[in-house]
Amino acid sequence: MYLQTLLIALSEIRRNAMRSFLTILGIIIGVSAVIIMSTIGQGATAKVTADIAKLGSNMLSIRTGQRGPGRSSEVARPLELSDVEAIERDIENLEAVAPMSSTGLTVVYGNVNWATSIIGTTDKYLDVRDWEIDSGRAFTQSEMRTGKMVCIMGGTVRKELFGGQDPVNEKIRLGRQSCKVVGVLKSKGLSSFGSDQDDIVMIPLQAFQRRISGNRDIGRIYLSVNEGASTDTAREEISRLLRERRKIRPKDADDFSVFDMKEVSDTMAGTTEVLTTLLSAVAAVSLLVGGIGIMNIMLVSVTERTREIGVRLAIGAREYEVLMQFLVEAVVLSTLGGIIGILFGVSSSFGLTKLLKIPFVLDPFMIAIAFIFSTAIGVIFGFFPARKAARLNPIDALRHE
Amino acid sequence: MSVPMSNRNKGNSTAPLLEFQAVTKVYGMGLAEMKALRGVDLSVNEGEFVAVMGPSGSGKSTCMNILGCLDIPTDGNYLFKGVETGTLSRDQRALLRRQYLGFIFQGYNLLGRTSAVENVELPLLYRRTPAHRRRELAMEALRTVGLDGLEKHSPAELSGGQQQRVAIARAIVTKPSLLLADEPTGNLDTERSLEIMDLLASFNRDLGITIVMVTHERDMAAYAGRIIKFKDGLVASDDNSGRNA
Repeated sequence: MYLQTLLIALSEIRRNAMRSFLTILGIIIGVSAVIIMSTIGQGATAKVTADIAKLGSNMLSIRTGQRGPGRSSEVARPLELSDVEAIERDIENLEAVAPMSSTGLTVVYGNVNWATSIIGTTDKYLDVRDWEIDSGRAFTQSEMRTGKMVCIMGGTVRKELFGGQDPVNEKIRLGRQSCKVVGVLKSKGLSSFGSDQDDIVMIPLQAFQRRISGNRDIGRIYLSVNEGASTDTAREEISRLLRERRKIRPKDADDFSVFDMKEVSDTMAGTTEVLTTLLSAVAAVSLLVGGIGIMNIMLVSVTERTREIGVRLAIGAREYEVLMQFLVEAVVLSTLGGIIGILFGVSSSFGLTKLLKIPFVLDPFMIAIAFIFSTAIGVIFGFFPARKAARLNPIDALRHE
Repeated sequence: MSVPMSNRNKGNSTAPLLEFQAVTKVYGMGLAEMKALRGVDLSVNEGEFVAVMGPSGSGKSTCMNILGCLDIPTDGNYLFKGVETGTLSRDQRALLRRQYLGFIFQGYNLLGRTSAVENVELPLLYRRTPAHRRRELAMEALRTVGLDGLEKHSPAELSGGQQQRVAIARAIVTKPSLLLADEPTGNLDTERSLEIMDLLASFNRDLGITIVMVTHERDMAAYAGRIIKFKDGLVASDDNSGRNA
């Protein structure tokens, strides 16, 4: 019986192929919009999370001063190398600790100039940032101890100064200082904040302090926490240690700040997720509009086919059978729209993610929801017209013009 | 749901197939009240070919609707095969129509954009006849009405006479006890009309199908063995002297 009803519905849909297609267009657009929005949203979230993982997801960074209004007026005491040593000595579960100072400077090779950031740090910085050497080598212990002018450059600087040439063992100038290139970093690409992470030149911290900044201050301290250890605990311990070292009274606020990259990552992922939800909700409204379209067309179809319904009733169709015929027709239509919408949505979001260079994350749950929802729309919006058809009086229906 | 009278008709084989007992039908209420039938007594035996005539508004259409179980009397009883139909539910009446009745309309009422054979199969679909048997019976019915070779054509591709033949095939494919025809030749020229009437007469004669037919034309009524004339909601004359009597 159900098969029979299904066959009747299918032949009705085939009989009115063009109208059927227009009817389900709303559902197709709705379903594919939901899928495209959620797929791109999730792709963007995955991209942001991956980008931040590239920065080092178990990474903390410390700098002086507090962010926020009303705090910048006082100049906070700078960080020093002794702070780095104290952290290394007193805080547990740290994988690596790296001091870092930076400044903007023009680097020169031959007759090519390039403005970039110069970073004074130690080889630990590479560990903390999870960064690898592409060619050449890292700093040696003696280079770091004596503050020798050697450098490791990022991919962008290398490309700008050397083109395709190998920069290792070449001499470049940082401002007025001559400096030997010992290594090139692997490319990290753009950060999720949009800055080029490869546009840097690294030199030993000692060299930076003596030859470039001329003081012993340290801009930031980067540290990474052992796998499995809590960044929150490390952060609390560091705060306590630094408050003690900087002699901050209990009622005073910190004059330094500790950032947890995981927090930044969570915040950004949260933002994209909210956007995804919002866009999906908008798309879901179009699905609802598609459902109303189905109801509209089904009502028209019932009116148009009144005589046919009369004939069916006269030759012995029961109320329930006519109801089922129209209901199944609506459900088949909306389900068909759902399937086409899923195919269209998946293929176009595949194309769009390739175009936007974000990962293609297909959520089977989302597809199931879209499918179930489109079928449910057929049932809900198909019921009213179907009931109208089933309740027709056969005599009036047969007389209908 | 079972067909209401399937196990009762055996004991009533001598009773008339159709029986009206003082049937009244009133439409509207109060001042707008319109009496379409005013106490009609009538009985039709199995195997009869009855023509129903009368001016419009005489009650013949109402009579047909009640005979076809599409409507129920306001008062009085309509017995089909000895079973009171006035108390049957809408669905029970649908099952009764499905099992025992065939309808032919003036305007054919075929499903558009649907082939002739699929139109004929329609009543069998509701009877749950298996697909292959359905096609077999439908082809046979189309052969009976002389349309073999045209089964794939849609109504739009057929002439009026051919469409009415498809409709007749649809009505007889279930081998009904009663065939109700509402001006079956009303839209056809004389030649086509006579062909259709010959067909109906042959079903009555050869298959023993009881036929009740509404017509305006004397020539068509002449095919029937009995002519009932309605006037003002009552039977004005009941002439049993037709050629089949």
